[in-house]
Amino acid sequence: MKALMFGWEFPPHILGGLGTASYGLTKGMSLQPDMQIKFVIPKPLGDEDQSFLKIIGACNVPIVWKDVNWDHVNYRIGKAIDPKEFYHYRDNIRYDFHRIGTNDLGCVDFSGRYPQNLMEEISNYEAVASVLAHAGDFDIIHSHDWLTYPAGIFAKQISGKPLVIHVHATDFDRSRGNVNPEVYNIEKRGMDEANHIITVSNLTRKIVIEKYHQNPGKVTTIHNAVSPLEHAEKFTKKERKDKVVTFLGRITMQKGPEYFVEAAHRVLEKTQGVRFVMAGSGDMMNQMIHLAAKRNIADRFHFTGFLQGDHVHEMLAESDVYIMPSVSEPFGISPLEAMQVGTPTIVSKQSGCAEILNNAIKIDYWDIDAMADAIYSIVKYPGMYKSLHEKGKEEVDNITWAAAGLKVRDIYNMVLGL
Amino acid sequence: MKTICFYFQLHQPLRLKHYRFFEIGSDHYYYDDYTNEATICRLAEHCYLPANAALLEMIHNSNGKFKVAFSISGTALDQLEQYAPEVIDGFKELAKTGSVEFLAETYSHSLASIYDEDEFKLQVKKHADKIETLFGKTPSVFRNTELIYSDEIGRYVSEMGFKGMITEGATHILGWKSPNYLYAHPYCSKLKIMPRNFKLSDDICFRFSNWSWDQYPLTADKYIKWIAQTPEKEELFNIAMSYDALGEINKSDSGIFDFFKALPYQAMLKKIGFATPSEVMEKMKPTEVITSHEPISWADEEKDLSAWIGNDLQNEALHKLYIVGERVRLCTDRALQYDWLNLQNSNHFYYMCTKHFTNGGSAHNSPFESPYEAFMNYMNVLSDFLQRVDEQYPTTIDNEELNALLKTINNQESKIVSLEKQIKTLKSTKQKIVPTENQPKIIKN
Repeated sequence: MKALMFGWEFPPHILGGLGTASYGLTKGMSLQPDMQIKFVIPKPLGDEDQSFLKIIGACNVPIVWKDVNWDHVNYRIGKAIDPKEFYHYRDNIRYDFHRIGTNDLGCVDFSGRYPQNLMEEISNYEAVASVLAHAGDFDIIHSHDWLTYPAGIFAKQISGKPLVIHVHATDFDRSRGNVNPEVYNIEKRGMDEANHIITVSNLTRKIVIEKYHQNPGKVTTIHNAVSPLEHAEKFTKKERKDKVVTFLGRITMQKGPEYFVEAAHRVLEKTQGVRFVMAGSGDMMNQMIHLAAKRNIADRFHFTGFLQGDHVHEMLAESDVYIMPSVSEPFGISPLEAMQVGTPTIVSKQSGCAEILNNAIKIDYWDIDAMADAIYSIVKYPGMYKSLHEKGKEEVDNITWAAAGLKVRDIYNMVLGL
Repeated sequence: MKTICFYFQLHQPLRLKHYRFFEIGSDHYYYDDYTNEATICRLAEHCYLPANAALLEMIHNSNGKFKVAFSISGTALDQLEQYAPEVIDGFKELAKTGSVEFLAETYSHSLASIYDEDEFKLQVKKHADKIETLFGKTPSVFRNTELIYSDEIGRYVSEMGFKGMITEGATHILGWKSPNYLYAHPYCSKLKIMPRNFKLSDDICFRFSNWSWDQYPLTADKYIKWIAQTPEKEELFNIAMSYDALGEINKSDSGIFDFFKALPYQAMLKKIGFATPSEVMEKMKPTEVITSHEPISWADEEKDLSAWIGNDLQNEALHKLYIVGERVRLCTDRALQYDWLNLQNSNHFYYMCTKHFTNGGSAHNSPFESPYEAFMNYMNVLSDFLQRVDEQYPTTIDNEELNALLKTINNQESKIVSLEKQIKTLKSTKQKIVPTENQPKIIKN
């Protein structure tokens, strides 16, 4: 089985949960012996782990025929792509993309991020997909998130191979209901054209069915998992006087940071010896600093700014409680990461991961009282901490990407009629 | 002659309301009155009242040959008195027939037998007194919360003067032995042990309305035939279940009441009789002793205590609760005593059980969404309770000292009276013997 996957990010250079999920899922699927994955991203930096799949950089695939010799190709992009492959792709340019600005090799310089001209980047990515589709050698197309749906659709139209789209989030999650019509249009078209739709939670599945009017029979939930953490034992909690309660993520409307501040206020009204940390950055950060000051808890409420890599795990491991009060979270891998280092976790019921977690506290994002109560219990009652600490870790260690990969494979088999 | 001994458990906990930590110290009322009342009223209507009527009818129709025993927890009795007194009247009427026995248990369906011997004995006494006042008879046979039993608990029960005790016929205790005999305690030889036949009990309680069971539908003649077909020497069939089995677990349209009503006649045809536990204890002789070093219960497959004392949550809650037992018993505050009893309810700890994650998360019948939520709520309530205990008698004074101080306080009146008497006698002697002196001489003794 050969899958052509379209993605937008891949570790180690990631901007959100999409990259983490892409990595975990493909790695889990690669355990199936007959599975070959080609994973397309706009702009690889060369340090991606390619031991279990092949990364194709859209920025190295020509879409406009240019007469370049072998030495020049090898000099320019030889590190990332075999010139032979480059010429193979060049031979498969069937459409005229001169309207798109390209470099000396006929390739597009993608930013690989989420730039201002995102729509343009998406459509350039679609052009690359046409070349890859003509080049062939795949059985199924798998598109991750809306940015890559147009590419997937185009590849399907050209090759006639079935398209599976993977909904990691919808615009309804990101905007609390005020959807961007342009984004909605792309999402809707992707779902309409797909042979099958995979959602990361039942919550997202419901949105796909109700808001995008999809046939429920065409939509399957495959919950995300978490990659095993190497050297989990190196992240430990230091003894300290105060208990630490942590919020970690983008400080945006979707993540519900204001509910965290309010809950902190409730807890601090009643108890001492607890500190609150808001790690991350985002458009609501200043507003949160103001709110903490207004509630007069700024002496016990700390902001760390954006954290990355090992700092994330360190922060999680140092915490006594991790909390994710998201207003709408398609899945949310970070609670699973907190549980991996043994940190008791509180998640909102509006998060997809709440559907699969037993040893975590689940509350409504708006229920500040329940949230405060849960925080209080974990920091005050040792049995609660111990139980969530041990059972949580045990539980999350059994949620594997390999299992999720098998479910994806079942869907491939189904749409291919195998 | 083969004898069937039916026994029903009736217990409903006093469920706690949602109690947040910021209410600790300000709100001292812990119970969810609405749910408690609604549950009792619902059960009274669907189960207790029709079941009482059916049993009464069976007793009358069989001229008192059909016999049955009940174990009703004090917590349930209190709630029935408050919300559905007609159920109590029904039990009184059943008691008058003479074919019904009421068994002793712990007042609040608690785990005191495991944690606190003194508390256990007090609660059993309190429950026996309650039964005596309501139904006019002091119980002589004991059954513990959820049929929890061990040799040690057997000893407590024997020391309290009970003739016998009902427990689970757990296979890991009985081994190759059959539950259909009467057994004895290993060293308190006077105490007889009646094991429950859980197969025959569960056939009625849990399988009666199960369509996928290969023996469905269960009829009275089939059931009696099973009993009649057992080896001749097996004479005692102890069939016990929750009273909810009649009308709640098995709804009335499943035919459960008709099944029961047909039992006495079918039994008569096969020459099988009925008896109450105390009659069994009198008539039958124990065949052998059974030993149980570790406590057993009638719960789940494991038949152990893991549903109540299995995880860290339960251990912490129980430990923090029972550590103040001695202290609370020194208190005289009635509200405090009432809460103390109700917080010991075994159900609270059952709701914290994490064994049930496989079937949907929280324990059966739990008012909470997860064991963690059950624990949080309970601990908040317990924290408030402990604060109140502390306010009465600060923890800085240890129990012995407190006891001595309390003795002084409680005895002060009699002490004053005796001292006054002394003064009087001294005064009178003073007038007689030394009228010249101004100050009376008090002789210190």
